[in-house]
Amino acid sequence: MLAKRIIPCLDVKDGMVVKGKNFTGIREVESPVALAQRYNLSGADELVFYDITASSDGRALFADTLRQVASCIFIPLTVGGGINTLDDFDRVLKCGADKVSVNTGAIRDPSLIGRAAKRYGDQCVVLSMDVKRVDGKFSVFSHGGRVNTGISAEEWAYRGQEEGAGELVLNSIDTDGVKNGYDCEMLQKVCSRLSIPVVASGGAGKKEDFSALFGTVPQADAALAASVFHFGEINITELKNYLSGCGVHVRL
Amino acid sequence: MIAVIDYGVGNLFSLAASLKYTGAESVVTADERVISRADSVILPGVGAFADAREKLVSTGLVPVLDRHVRAGKPLLGICLGMQLLFERSYEYGEHEGLGYIKGEVRPIAPDLKERLKVPHMGWNSLKFVRQSPLYKYLEQGEYVYFVHSYYGTGCAESTTAVSGYGGIDITASVECGNVFGTQFHPEKSGAAGLKILRAFGELGG
Repeated sequence: MLAKRIIPCLDVKDGMVVKGKNFTGIREVESPVALAQRYNLSGADELVFYDITASSDGRALFADTLRQVASCIFIPLTVGGGINTLDDFDRVLKCGADKVSVNTGAIRDPSLIGRAAKRYGDQCVVLSMDVKRVDGKFSVFSHGGRVNTGISAEEWAYRGQEEGAGELVLNSIDTDGVKNGYDCEMLQKVCSRLSIPVVASGGAGKKEDFSALFGTVPQADAALAASVFHFGEINITELKNYLSGCGVHVRL
Repeated sequence: MIAVIDYGVGNLFSLAASLKYTGAESVVTADERVISRADSVILPGVGAFADAREKLVSTGLVPVLDRHVRAGKPLLGICLGMQLLFERSYEYGEHEGLGYIKGEVRPIAPDLKERLKVPHMGWNSLKFVRQSPLYKYLEQGEYVYFVHSYYGTGCAESTTAVSGYGGIDITASVECGNVFGTQFHPEKSGAAGLKILRAFGELGG
């Protein structure tokens, strides 16, 4: 039986991990390599790195960081942020990424998903979606959650799967940063037609939020979180022991 | 020295890095002379069977692998690299494999007894069914990382470990003499995977 995965997410800017409630409140946390090592030792099942730098200097620093992490940590690594072309896939895969996450780039050009899946395999292509309630419907937002595309989340998720995405990350803008639990309603709605693995994101504040997620949304294969892990509010080892006690199948 | 065969499929960064981490001397190469001199060989692989098989054949390295196996030196196939060791695969048609391991590669989906997702992707636990030198540092039930939609069948006599999924036993690893295969990725399986690679490295002396 497959274990439910616990995935810490690291936003990296100029080679450092950052976390803030919004992009103006960014504060540096620590070296991604040190943090990644700590997560690995505490039982993280996978790591996600988002490159939030726009400059080419930042990109080069990110590549160095990724290479360093991939040279000492041997669990799956997903990389996202600024992925718009097959060259971008190539750039991060060469540095040791296993999966590449696309978001705005795929909204701009949905064929990117299929082209990447054909070249690198479905397992390599992760479609990441930022979803928000608009007039009672779930809508997809692009550009880091700033632009409402007007596209229905259910339809975009299904389209992504059909285009060849091997996994889906569903991030709820409504619950992100609120720390009051995952957006189970949205996740259930968007997952219902999917057969690819789904990673839930946005809203984790306490251990109970993870058990509620896996209890309410059986289609969720993994839970992603950032700040609760970064700031030590939740320890991954303790979280997994807790989940195991709740009957959730995890890798201990 | 371990030669990791570079035949243009997949990302070998992690495999090379994890071997280095275990302290093994290894080289990623498609050079026949280097592979001939290697103590052990690893055949990696991701993607589709037919495509990988074609690429491997076009490198001209199949006879080199044959000689390596006949010489009794350790060979490890990983993921699609393991599937290539089988007699044939039914991934999009019927394709001949290297034939070092008796059995066939078939799709997981039709065999599942419960409706579960395919690919079988993520961490699953190993159930040892036979002793294997690859597992000398491992405990029963340790987790390893899988990503695949096809699996080895008809290989009961060479199966060393399985993982349960959707009511069936997924062939997790095989072994026939000096030929080894893991369906999972040891280079992505954290501490457990490193122990397996270390054990494999030691087989080559």
